[in-house]
Amino acid sequence: MAAAVNAPSDRRSRPLRRFLRNPGGLLGLALLALLLLVALLAPLIAPDPVEQNIAQRLSPPSSAHLLGTDQLGRDVWARVAHGAAISLKVGFGVVVLAVLLGVAVGLMAGSLGGVWDNLLMRLTDIFFAFPSLILAMAIAAALGPNLGNTILAVALVSWPVYARLVRANVLALREREFVEAARALGVPQWRLMLRHLLPNTLTPVFVQASFDVGGAILTAAGLSFVGFGAQPPIPEWGAMVSETRSYIAEAFWAPTSPAVAILLTVLAFNLLGDALRDVLDPRANA
Amino acid sequence: MLSYIVRRLFFVLFVAWGVTFATFFIAQVVPVDPAIAALGENAREEQLEEFRERYGLNKSKLEQYLIYMGRLISGDLGQSLRTGRAVAEDLREFFPATLELSLAAFVFAVLLGIPAGIVAALRPNRAPDVAVRVLALLGGATPVFFSAVLMQYLLAQRLDLLPVQGRLDGFLFPPPRVTGMMGLDALLARDWTVFLDSLEHLILPAFVLGMFSAAILARMTRATMLEVLAQDYIRTARAKGAVASSVIFRHALKNASLPILTLLGSLLGGLLSGAVLTETIFSWPGIGRYVTQSATSLDFPAVMGVTLLVGLVYALVNLVTDLLYAFLDPRIRYT
Repeated sequence: MAAAVNAPSDRRSRPLRRFLRNPGGLLGLALLALLLLVALLAPLIAPDPVEQNIAQRLSPPSSAHLLGTDQLGRDVWARVAHGAAISLKVGFGVVVLAVLLGVAVGLMAGSLGGVWDNLLMRLTDIFFAFPSLILAMAIAAALGPNLGNTILAVALVSWPVYARLVRANVLALREREFVEAARALGVPQWRLMLRHLLPNTLTPVFVQASFDVGGAILTAAGLSFVGFGAQPPIPEWGAMVSETRSYIAEAFWAPTSPAVAILLTVLAFNLLGDALRDVLDPRANA
Repeated sequence: MLSYIVRRLFFVLFVAWGVTFATFFIAQVVPVDPAIAALGENAREEQLEEFRERYGLNKSKLEQYLIYMGRLISGDLGQSLRTGRAVAEDLREFFPATLELSLAAFVFAVLLGIPAGIVAALRPNRAPDVAVRVLALLGGATPVFFSAVLMQYLLAQRLDLLPVQGRLDGFLFPPPRVTGMMGLDALLARDWTVFLDSLEHLILPAFVLGMFSAAILARMTRATMLEVLAQDYIRTARAKGAVASSVIFRHALKNASLPILTLLGSLLGGLLSGAVLTETIFSWPGIGRYVTQSATSLDFPAVMGVTLLVGLVYALVNLVTDLLYAFLDPRIRYT
């Protein structure tokens, strides 16, 4: 009897339970929590990331400098810790912008249909065919290299995937009874889109987004590496690898630490994305 | 079929137009005067005027666009502000190097990724599977620019196994240019020393560039093979006593090949633009390094040329992928 009473809430909690049984997902979540903690507490747990001490340049990890110092004698741990907030800002910033734009385009194309559908999807095709890193580089070069423009540039090349995802879902949903019922009841188009279609397309968007945060961080770090992102002395991880890479022989810790930070961050989001897809996408259960 | 191809080719043209339009648009928001960017802050006004006159920068935006499009139709991509040469000429010089690098990386990715995925799928959750999955996760999360720097240091500088950078040792003469791909040209000239040396130069950058694709490919192959291996017809094939290898390759892999093929298409396109970082680190004289230098000096004719070229290649690769579908799966027909 207890089981019968619990049944509805059981069904609702099942995705959560399945997530908790997924070791990869839990590892991803733990890494992400650690990263958030470091990002939030950086000012408290790490020294000044831009303070130079030439006398102690390229010194190996020690109790004074947990991850050693770089070619300007700056504390590498301080720079990695302060870089966490930057990378998270970039990753989430890109994906939020891309999701907003992509979902809006996909929702309009799918629900309005006809000429609008054609127009919007051809626009999507063009952006899809763009070599993303090169376009982002051109945008960043044109707008001037700084973090805000990097976010904008990477977002502009990341939205098409959401537009396609949402449109495909909306097209399938439009044939369903509840949408037909809503339409028959005279629900206005905009309300149909926002209240009935949009919420039902968000699951795949959510899964895709969790992968894309990692991807966006990688792309943005790559842009910073070639000089089109954060400018010195900002402790951005990609820029840090670029600035210290010629010292890899004397001070391997200087380029390796930010690179490992990128790796762990991207890994966290990929693991999370894998787990969310397994848990939320019924097709992937096989 | 033919009308389908024609329609798709029109679409490729449309995408190419869109790409140039978008890049032209981006080039217009540059807050810096390209003439000053090219000649420096101290250039005299007459010099700047002359530069603007020469490159048509003093005309209205609409005029500039129409002139650009008019030239584009006749195959003229304009003149690079940085090298002073025709962009088309620059691309002809640098693109083969990128193509060579991307193709080699692609071969690496396929040879590494697909077998790894198959091995992993055959015995899920056993040691080889776990190893493949962990490596694939790491490979998909490692920034290319760091693995390039690390491998360059370890394998080239420290262990001296491979050349550090470039396409050919300084004391060797490049073979007569036929395709622009160093290895192929050396083969055509039957110059074995140059061929081997260019191959040595290719290994490291190609491996670094291909790692990310190999990781994605291994994951995808594993997932698809697992799905296919769980099908009834595989059990039937096994039950009727088909040889294990025939079940894997003829029954399973053949049916898993469509999603893998889709991925291969998009990976090849991605490699072309991913070459940007690899080429910069290994001083590989391809269009990736060219476009980075061009963007740095706000040389938009050059950036537009590269974007257009890569966009076109990408669209054509997609077209070929779709046509291969019909070849691999007779159920798919294009009309």
